[in-house]
Amino acid sequence: MSTTVILFTILSIGAIASGISLVTRRNPVSAAMSLIVHFFMLAGLYLTLQAQFVAIIQILVYAGAIMVLVIFVIMLLNLGKEENLTEKFSMRTTLALALGGLFVVQFLTAFLGKKTGMNALPEKSMSIGTTEGIGNVLFTQYLFPFEAISLLLLAAIVGSILLAKRKHEAS
Amino acid sequence: MNLQSIPLEYYLSLSAIMFTIGTVGVLTRRNAIIIFMCIEMMLNAVNLTLVSFSAFMGDSAGQMFVFFVMAVAAAEAAVGLAIVLALFRVKQTVYVDEINIMKW
Repeated sequence: MSTTVILFTILSIGAIASGISLVTRRNPVSAAMSLIVHFFMLAGLYLTLQAQFVAIIQILVYAGAIMVLVIFVIMLLNLGKEENLTEKFSMRTTLALALGGLFVVQFLTAFLGKKTGMNALPEKSMSIGTTEGIGNVLFTQYLFPFEAISLLLLAAIVGSILLAKRKHEAS
Repeated sequence: MNLQSIPLEYYLSLSAIMFTIGTVGVLTRRNAIIIFMCIEMMLNAVNLTLVSFSAFMGDSAGQMFVFFVMAVAAAEAAVGLAIVLALFRVKQTVYVDEINIMKW
């Protein structure tokens, strides 16, 4: 077994386990911690695909910025554990699990049934995942979407401030 | 040169499993913040698909898409959590079963 196989096995099992943990935890803070572990596992998987820049951005943006925001809101709202009403096997849980099982079976038969023959990364993939490779493409070919996304982020900042502002101070 | 020995299918299958776990979470959980985190997980599963296709095809377009998906996810996080905060102020709850003001 090569190092890549061992790494992929560990990271994928970790990713699936932390994902299941996220869905099943009653306490929102432990669910958020599972999600952080999940993001780190994904960053490792990106590294096995030679995508260094995306892996670092994953940790910085997701595990850093977004999860801090989520944990901040959880603490601000001071939530307790979700009541155990959903513990009993309700109609909704059964339906969701059945649908999920159907999804997985369908996806796996589609993906594993027919071999794509892509068993190794091409030589070219070494250069596209680096910061240099990403920057070369991002600031030439994808310059317009890059500028457009800055507009979207500005709109999101204004929108979230407006939404979270206390109403009685405005009027 | 053989850079690695994991076939593309395994990455796609892992991504599909993660996406399904996220879907089941969105359908079963009642806490709006946990539903929100499950949506983030579904976005990440799609990102994994994009990165693996990008790497195996030797095309950088997939990683560009991941970059933009992350920017949109960050915007979504800010706006979504602001909505949850505003909702909590009005209804004193984040459990989606108890939020039925849109129902007539």
